[in-house]
Amino acid sequence: MEALRKKAHEIITGGQVKVIIGYGEGSPERARAIFAQTPAEVDQLIFDQRCLQNLAVYLMKPEVKALGKMAITASKNVLRSILQLASENQLTDADLVVIGITDDGGVIEFPNLQAVEEHIKAAGTPAKNEDRARIEEIDKKPLEERWQYWQEQLSACVKCYACRSACPMCYCTRCTVECNQPQWIPAPSHHLGNLEWHIMRAMHLTGRCIECGECGRACPLGLPINLLTQKLAAEIESQFDWQAGMSLKVENPLSTFKPDDKENFIK
Amino acid sequence: MATERKILKKESLGPLFEKMNAAGKRILAPRKTGEQIRFEPVTSANEIAADFVQSTASAKWAVFPAVEEMLSFRSLDKETKLEAKQSKPQPTVVFGIRPCDAAAFKALHAVFATDYKDDLFLDRWEQITLIGMSCTKADDYCFCTSVGGNPGSTVGSDILLTPLANGDFLAEILTEKGQQLVASLDGLFAAGGSDIDKESLLAKVTPKFDAKQMKAKMDAVFNNEKLWTRQSLRCIGCGACAFVCPSCSCFDIQDERYGGKGQRLRCWDSCGFGLFTLHTSGHNPRHTQAQRWRQRLMHKFSYGPEKYELPGCVGCGRCSRACPTDMNILGHLLEIAEEKL
Repeated sequence: MEALRKKAHEIITGGQVKVIIGYGEGSPERARAIFAQTPAEVDQLIFDQRCLQNLAVYLMKPEVKALGKMAITASKNVLRSILQLASENQLTDADLVVIGITDDGGVIEFPNLQAVEEHIKAAGTPAKNEDRARIEEIDKKPLEERWQYWQEQLSACVKCYACRSACPMCYCTRCTVECNQPQWIPAPSHHLGNLEWHIMRAMHLTGRCIECGECGRACPLGLPINLLTQKLAAEIESQFDWQAGMSLKVENPLSTFKPDDKENFIK
Repeated sequence: MATERKILKKESLGPLFEKMNAAGKRILAPRKTGEQIRFEPVTSANEIAADFVQSTASAKWAVFPAVEEMLSFRSLDKETKLEAKQSKPQPTVVFGIRPCDAAAFKALHAVFATDYKDDLFLDRWEQITLIGMSCTKADDYCFCTSVGGNPGSTVGSDILLTPLANGDFLAEILTEKGQQLVASLDGLFAAGGSDIDKESLLAKVTPKFDAKQMKAKMDAVFNNEKLWTRQSLRCIGCGACAFVCPSCSCFDIQDERYGGKGQRLRCWDSCGFGLFTLHTSGHNPRHTQAQRWRQRLMHKFSYGPEKYELPGCVGCGRCSRACPTDMNILGHLLEIAEEKL
């Protein structure tokens, strides 16, 4: 934590950035995002196992951008989000300073986004986490049961769109669900509306989801909707040998044709 | 009417549910699914979640569903035929609702019945009986005592149960609806309870602010852009707070047409969404999250109390617990109280 604050002080007092997006103390047992703009605020920066929110979402928020050049304290999920956003032309080196944080709170300095890419590539693909295990468990169920499982889960959705708002990759200023001429997705949170919304959300994130699980964490009703996007991320990995947020290269597998694509679904 | 006290034995809980079922009543009660507690239809007392501070989602949908048909329409040659909603709501008992949530039903009633009398709401309202359950524990997010409530408040409930140490319940019968329900459940409620010190059984929730002073302060800081911007920087503009809130009442109207027929639907909406105030022209009078956050607080703590003389927030703490970015409403309110003018 000291290394983090030292680095943060350096770039705030040196005038390199106007604001540092990081974590601070929150409600009891919680950490929350803070936006440090002064040395006193920098002293409130923390990093520990409570700091789970994917802060990259704030890199796209107009009110945060309006504060001036940003720095962000970045765990691995945030680093991968930054790479994905940069590959989609949403971020450049001019926009931000990245302060990498290791799981034990150490600091990794990145001179530019290229260095972030090199670091992430060297660090390798993330280990198969417990979410992947849950997905495998659901996959083992017969089709009917799986359908039943998702029907039940999604029927509780009230369309508060916390999943969308919390996701760094959901940065569209006008979401498909808000287009009403034609009305692609039913707006109400009834059966069909919920089903179509969650399918659409998962499809729009296919090949782009960095599997941080923030959508599931954000859901006020605890619906495991992150498993939908993560399932598709696993599919993309197996079909196209591709993981989002590992590279600065613009190469979305679902919109890029390669002669050596497996295409084994056509058989 | 004067409050009447009785005792509901713990062994009477099962028969209570059986008799209500037999009488054709739908019972909504807190049920646990995974880590979540939601008000859902139940048929037996065994299904009810025990030992929790507050349900994840409120029981608001019993009178104000997330999606509700207002009318249906059919196109016939050149004319469109409208049909009012046909089905009438089923008699419903909400069991185990917290006193804060019962108070929120009153706040909702004020919105839907003060100027325009909203039949959709009132039809449900007439069919509903609230059996409240006093709180024996609270957490850091609770602040009912700062907005006119308390862990054993009778406001809004038709019957209020307070758990006793031996597992039985002190029952306070508060309204005619409550009386009718008790009468229909012959003999389940036993005499007694007049000598019970109810206060000693309740959770302790220390008042954190005075609602009247808060309103005055909020009106005074209305133009303090820095304050609203600072507070709302971490808000990501989702509707989680509004959709778990027991007193939020905003809705959107959507027409859904499939072929020549369709329905007009009323759907929950939230002032936290940018789309909420977006005009067709593209102009948005609340174009920043700061303005939307201010609206949320002003509506609950200034405009609502001014118009209805009722608190617009009941201090249930759900929005703070649910918020993915830890927008702790009590924390923000206390900061506003401290703000220098």
